[in-house]
Amino acid sequence: MTAVSTPPSRGVADTVSNASATPEREQPYAALGLKEDEYLRIREILGRRPTSGELAMYSVMWSEHCSYKSSKIYLRQFGQKVTPAMKKNLMVGMGENAGVVDVGEGWAVTFKVESHNHPSYIEPFQGAATGVGGIVRDIISMGARPVAVMDQLRFGAIDSADTARVVHGVVGGISFYGNCLGLPNIGGETYFDPIYQGNPLVNALSVGVLRHEDLHLANASGLGNKVVLFGARTGGDGIGGASILASDTFSAGGPTKRPAVQVGDPFAEKVLIECCLELFRDKLVEGIQDLGAAGISCATSELASNGDGGMFIELEKVLLRDPTLTAEEILMSESQERMMAVVKPELLDAFLAVTAKWDVETSVLGEVTDTGRLIINWHGEEIVNVEPRTVAVDGPVYERPVAYPTWIDALQEDSASTLARPTTGDELREQFLALLGSANLADKSWITNQYDYFVGGNTALAFPDDSGMIRVDEESGLGFAIATDANGRYCQLDPKQGARLALAEAYRNVAVTGAVPMAVTDCLNFGSPENPEVMWQFSQAVEGLSDGCLELEIPVTGGNVSFYNQTGATPIFPTPVVGVLGVIDDVARRIPSGWQDEGNNIYLLGVTREELDGSAWAGTVHGHLGGRPPAVDLEREKQLAALLRAGSLEGLIASAHDLADGGLAQALAESVMRFGVGARVWITEIMERDGVDAATALFSESTGRVIVSVPREDDVKFRGLCEGRGYPVLRIGVTDASGVGGESGTGAANRSVLEVQDEFTVGLEELRATHRSTLPEHFGHVVG
Amino acid sequence: MRIGVVTFPGSLDDRDALRAIRMAGAEPVALWHGEHDLHGVDALVLPGGFSYGDYLRCGAIASLSPIMTEVIDAAGKGLPVLGICNGFQMLAEAHLLAGGLIRNDHGTFIRRDQKLRVENTSTAWTSGFEQGQEIVIPLKNGEGGFIASADELARLEGEGLVAFRYLDVNPNGSLNDIAGVRNERGNVVGLMPHPEHAVEPGFGPDTADAMRSGVDGLTFFTSVIEQVLVAA
Repeated sequence: MTAVSTPPSRGVADTVSNASATPEREQPYAALGLKEDEYLRIREILGRRPTSGELAMYSVMWSEHCSYKSSKIYLRQFGQKVTPAMKKNLMVGMGENAGVVDVGEGWAVTFKVESHNHPSYIEPFQGAATGVGGIVRDIISMGARPVAVMDQLRFGAIDSADTARVVHGVVGGISFYGNCLGLPNIGGETYFDPIYQGNPLVNALSVGVLRHEDLHLANASGLGNKVVLFGARTGGDGIGGASILASDTFSAGGPTKRPAVQVGDPFAEKVLIECCLELFRDKLVEGIQDLGAAGISCATSELASNGDGGMFIELEKVLLRDPTLTAEEILMSESQERMMAVVKPELLDAFLAVTAKWDVETSVLGEVTDTGRLIINWHGEEIVNVEPRTVAVDGPVYERPVAYPTWIDALQEDSASTLARPTTGDELREQFLALLGSANLADKSWITNQYDYFVGGNTALAFPDDSGMIRVDEESGLGFAIATDANGRYCQLDPKQGARLALAEAYRNVAVTGAVPMAVTDCLNFGSPENPEVMWQFSQAVEGLSDGCLELEIPVTGGNVSFYNQTGATPIFPTPVVGVLGVIDDVARRIPSGWQDEGNNIYLLGVTREELDGSAWAGTVHGHLGGRPPAVDLEREKQLAALLRAGSLEGLIASAHDLADGGLAQALAESVMRFGVGARVWITEIMERDGVDAATALFSESTGRVIVSVPREDDVKFRGLCEGRGYPVLRIGVTDASGVGGESGTGAANRSVLEVQDEFTVGLEELRATHRSTLPEHFGHVVG
Repeated sequence: MRIGVVTFPGSLDDRDALRAIRMAGAEPVALWHGEHDLHGVDALVLPGGFSYGDYLRCGAIASLSPIMTEVIDAAGKGLPVLGICNGFQMLAEAHLLAGGLIRNDHGTFIRRDQKLRVENTSTAWTSGFEQGQEIVIPLKNGEGGFIASADELARLEGEGLVAFRYLDVNPNGSLNDIAGVRNERGNVVGLMPHPEHAVEPGFGPDTADAMRSGVDGLTFFTSVIEQVLVAA
């Protein structure tokens, strides 16, 4: 089933000699998204007009999505703001398909988060599904076995009718594709806000593991090595732009109508994963690249750019799903589940035997040359002849205008400190429950119950815990933890601070599991780069994030930028999703997020300030967004992480839970609901020590705070640990269970309560009913 | 004592099944769907997953894989065979077990820690349980609704061929809350929930004692080891 040649497509392609002979022909560069100066630069590079095939390649590779032309000058900071310590464990940094980190014992972890926002709005199911598929192929390309996925989702208002359409589609797509791949989905984020109504965010993250010696890179080297395309056949999906070329080349017919959104086949991808891993195991691959955005254009030009020579391709050898595709469409097609490999000629038969075993269709398209050119033929005629770097690497770079948004002054002046606070216990109780059942703090199991986290048998932590955690080595217990965060409301108030807050929270979420934070990936979701105010937000966020990483001494290893996220002229809140990866020497030492035993002391680490600006409380209770987001002290966060790790190593900590959205009240409620163990809590000492009122103690979102539970016998040691390290600690309660059921409901009727002394008491049943009912009310019943 | 696990294109829980066998104390043997060879194993697991992408019907294409000729033959001779989730669907498609599996009644994939009652302990895979024992193992499927004709259902119930029943929650609309069934001889058992995901402390379902500490699934594998040893 290999190298079956396809019947010739209709029409004759625009050849290089034709392009030289007809310099004056008008080309639809603008409709392909190229600016006039960009088009002129292509002509200058080539010394002639581009062929329609070359125009297709340049237009898609020079797009914002592929070239990072608006963000490049900022993203350099991630590579510049590094210390030798930050590079120590970094095996592959930014610029490859995904970053790779040495986690010890000969193991490495590769991870990356990427956006699939626009396809997911047009066609939520396939958009989200292929988002998972795309990021997973990036991970395979590094030579790794993918072992986990996560998703970072932002939807419009929960009560908008269109939100249900998008939510059902996106969650269904992720569930369908991820479950079918056999990758545990171990966490993520879901937020609702009207600002995302016409532009939901669907980011997908994947993590893979590999032995050091299995690392693969995307380069085409070695004269005479074969260039092989394998996986699904190439079809007409995702080539909206190429139809313009088709109509240009064949003026007889109108534009061909093709779906703009790619369609995914997770079974094909699952087989492709196993096939690739077997190819890696048998050392049959020299270089490998996945086909995602820009398809064959991207894979050939990137592989050739990263290699040491050139490449020759016979495009008619591409196996097609639709034999009527033109050469330009084949170059631009974004059909899913395809990979391109560089294979030594003497290993080709063995390579083809493996792909045949997995029933993966394969065709040899060409070979590595020493011409320094990427040459693509179509039925014997040369249709592309370019220097590959001009397509893949040396694209345009823009220094877009940046303008300080003057509206932000008034926004920051409008502090939440003037909003009415609850004063009585009844008011506090009412607002606590309103927050608990609010769209953004409500239980997300309507979503996560559709994801398999058991598959693989190595999931040590998953939602609703603060991080997902996966065992890497079954003998030693070595594993990684990963968490992502981004608070768009904070970023709207102050994008620099918002990015630092996202980093701090993801870092803390990893630390509370007992893991050591090591590396960062990011997905920077913003509005239009042509809006100077958006560029200001972007530049601020990148500066904040890169400075923050330097302070925490953890490198950014890769990521993605998504611009043009806006509804009409209104950009989304800046949403820089930050993912932090940590390492734990033995996952058996992991710290759960909820209380499992009664009679443990509950401690609050860190201090509480009056920081209600941008909080969930201000948003939910008052519909308010204004002021300045909480302060963040990254040196303090480092101390906190070190303290948690020390406590974990000594086995002193029974549970730890990060305080973030909704503050202490929400963290307490989640700790109760996790396993059904209640608590008696007092907040008077917080109020006295930190000089705050009850509402601030319960709802403030000050950073550097974690609640931990400690068995009584370890009390003295734990307090000593905190005092020795000078970290503020206060005993604020004791766990108190009566009849424990847990999520599985195996216990007796549960009478646990959360009592905030002198203020209010809420029973477990009411907590759970409030927390669990919100999503089903809008999206339908859940099982169990 | 060697127990095989067949990998089909799209199998997902094959490595988990191999691990479960090892943890129960037997030697796991990886088998490939395209071969006509069971490599002399003493028992066999058809694992969970989405073989052939669940195209046509779940398990339908895999049930025609080359190795299934040997599986059907060996099952007829008494080889213990366990079908988990997609493996159960294959056994139903291959008519080694009665009934069929259809889309969950609520229409979506569901993953949960599922309570079951062991209804029948006279099988190769359940002999280590107590009759009526309640266990919790993970469930995760999109097409787990058990169906059978009225006559067939009456026969399954009448002849004691129901192996497991859902308790507290019927997660997929299965008739009579049936989670798993056995054949007449008791060597072939199929169920939708996943015993191989509840074999190792720290990685199983939650229990009242501790997070993720459930290991009720291990008994499936220790049962068959004991059965084979007794028979030998």
